[in-house]
Amino acid sequence: MKSSRRIAIAGLAALATAASLAACSPTPAATTADGKVDLRVVSLIPGSDQKAFDAFDAQVEQFEKANPDIHVTSEEYEWTGPTFAAQLAGGTLPDVFTIPFTDVQTLIANGQLADLTDEVNGLDYAASFNPNVLAVSSDAGGRIFGVPTAAYGNALHYNRALFEQAGLDPDSPPTTWDEVRADAKTIAEKTGKAGYATMTQNNTGGWQLAVATYARGGRLETVHGDTVTVTADNTGTKAALEYLHTLRWDDDAMGNNFLLDWGTINQAFGAGEIGMYTSGSDIYTNLVQAQKLDPATYGLTTLPLEGADAGVLTGGTVAAVNIKADDAHRAAAVKWIDFYYMQKLVNQDAAVLDAKTLSESDQPVGVPALPIFDQATLDTSREWVKDYINVPQDQVQFFLDGIFDQPILPEPKAHTQELYAALDNVVQAVLTDENADIDSLLTRVNTDVQALVDADA
Amino acid sequence: MTTTELRPGADAPIAAVLPDGSAPPRRRRRGSPLVLLRGGLATLVFLVPMLVVFGVFSWYPIVQAAIMSLQKTNLVTDPTWVGLANFVTVLKNPDTWVALRNTGWFALLALLFGYPVPLVAAVLMSEVRRLRGLFTALAYLPVVVPPVVAVLLWKFFYDANPTGVFNTVLGWVGIPPQPWIQNAVAAMPSLVVEATWAAAGGTVIIYLAALTSVPPELYDAAEVDGAGLWRKIQHVTLPQLRGVLFVTLILQVIGTAQVFLEPFLFTGGGPNNSTLTILLLVYRYAFQNSLGGDYGAATALSLVLAVLLAVLSIVYFRITRRWSS
Repeated sequence: MKSSRRIAIAGLAALATAASLAACSPTPAATTADGKVDLRVVSLIPGSDQKAFDAFDAQVEQFEKANPDIHVTSEEYEWTGPTFAAQLAGGTLPDVFTIPFTDVQTLIANGQLADLTDEVNGLDYAASFNPNVLAVSSDAGGRIFGVPTAAYGNALHYNRALFEQAGLDPDSPPTTWDEVRADAKTIAEKTGKAGYATMTQNNTGGWQLAVATYARGGRLETVHGDTVTVTADNTGTKAALEYLHTLRWDDDAMGNNFLLDWGTINQAFGAGEIGMYTSGSDIYTNLVQAQKLDPATYGLTTLPLEGADAGVLTGGTVAAVNIKADDAHRAAAVKWIDFYYMQKLVNQDAAVLDAKTLSESDQPVGVPALPIFDQATLDTSREWVKDYINVPQDQVQFFLDGIFDQPILPEPKAHTQELYAALDNVVQAVLTDENADIDSLLTRVNTDVQALVDADA
Repeated sequence: MTTTELRPGADAPIAAVLPDGSAPPRRRRRGSPLVLLRGGLATLVFLVPMLVVFGVFSWYPIVQAAIMSLQKTNLVTDPTWVGLANFVTVLKNPDTWVALRNTGWFALLALLFGYPVPLVAAVLMSEVRRLRGLFTALAYLPVVVPPVVAVLLWKFFYDANPTGVFNTVLGWVGIPPQPWIQNAVAAMPSLVVEATWAAAGGTVIIYLAALTSVPPELYDAAEVDGAGLWRKIQHVTLPQLRGVLFVTLILQVIGTAQVFLEPFLFTGGGPNNSTLTILLLVYRYAFQNSLGGDYGAATALSLVLAVLLAVLSIVYFRITRRWSS
């Protein structure tokens, strides 16, 4: 009896193990119980305001009503290189997700995005895309692997309250790098906060150094035919790093935190700890939704451009589809992209409905952006929703007045993330070591990244 | 008969040293159907869950990692075999040597800070007559705090502003604010202090348990001989804890060589790679620098670390075998 009881318990243990293992690998349902396509999409950044989620849910409801054969399941999502790579490799990305312009070509080359050519070409406005923008999500053969949904130019964000506390005029933001330095120094002295800060971590330090380089006429890579040469030691980059060195060590105007990335610098700015910093012109949404920024304190202006070839580094977002999606899911995915991201740009009713839904939940409407199609289309879509625009336009007018006169430049193409990662270290070194040797640091970046580029040949 | 004769690992087999010199009874071959019916089956069935779980979650990933280290793969498209190219890549990367040096520095500092602290705490606590339970709970409390929460908490402590917690305390005694994790020199020791705080409680409990096995009469004898606290520790406690000390030392070295959480959450390896460790570099290979995911290089570096630690452990146990017996 004792033995058979023991065997029974052992059998139960074995069964429990088998059940546990089976539970470890659930197969996601491709369709719901009532036969609808179950479409998994990304929603908002974790930590976003509940009202923002309410607005998103309302839009899901509108979509499902218009597409009764599709059921939408949403997941919170914030693009970061590490989490995205892990989700991609682990096969846990939703059917629809968003990625920055920076990485689209790498993902296409790696065969990690679904080919959407047929579905995108079926959209009414397919031929209206700005060719330069659509090229970001297309391969050399013209096949389309994603839909550009938003574009931005890098800009100077500033805290109007800190400007006032420091005795500066927030309606007269700096227009040269010397003025930025002077204002940063004043803010640091008068308020004890960081007058100017920059990102330094998770490849964003390199990204923002690229912004500062371009603004001074430098380039991090040059392309001649098929030959890419890494030129991190150009005069623009050196000038940008020497500028940071001066702000940090001579002026003591950069605070005490030199380990910041996109999320944490937004957090610090939202908390009123930073006077000025550079980032994409569209971050107002994150600042309000996730960082609880008081809109009255926000100011946006164009980057100062200095030097013959100076320009504004641009960027943007592409909506892409999981390569594992089947035909039904791919079609449903493009419908969702069309509904959620694109219709508000091309259809008046959709634009008004989107703006009304967002504004009723106190979510930003009218965030400064660059055109996906052309300037006229962007202006028209803003005109449709002008009654709902709640981003304080007078506080971002300096940017809107100047950005369309500035040259817009794309990011470096070859091994962009590796280049940015290598430059992270240079920015960190300059900000944490007064005696950092800028020349030798940049020479090493050249060597290391050039080796990666050459390995592709 | 002596106990040494029966010690596993001695040259003569155990069966050959039976005291009466007679041949030992022949054991039935394991695995025969008869054994299964007499209870061996239940043993096997009980064993199956452990074997399956261990196989699926430990050995299978290890074998997969070894295979992946010879491949170029992004885990989406088909992998290609590249031989030892991944090992060449990681060994030629200057960051590997930076990470190795930093990991060694972390392990050394952790040994200097973290190894004696729990021992001293345990010895002192074992001497305490009253409230020992309270002290034990207080020592163990940091272990209960989730590691990520602990790091976020210490980030506040290490705030480099004059208003940061530690800098405020330093200000009370006239010491200027320190940069803590914002400086390449100070960052690694700062990480070690937090890691020691977070992990010491577990080791204290192990030492306290080991101390209870020290025969009290040894202390009584030492006291009769006129030994004070330090002499008792030197001549009774430490020799009696020798075996435990050797094991905790190698466990600490293995643990610190795999440090990831602190540099990842505190500094991301910065400033300027001053806290880049081997595991953080593995992580960067896999997830950060390349969206394709250089998983081949990541697993190759992981295997290099595993081999280094295995060799270190073997050498350590060979060197200390005589001392710890």
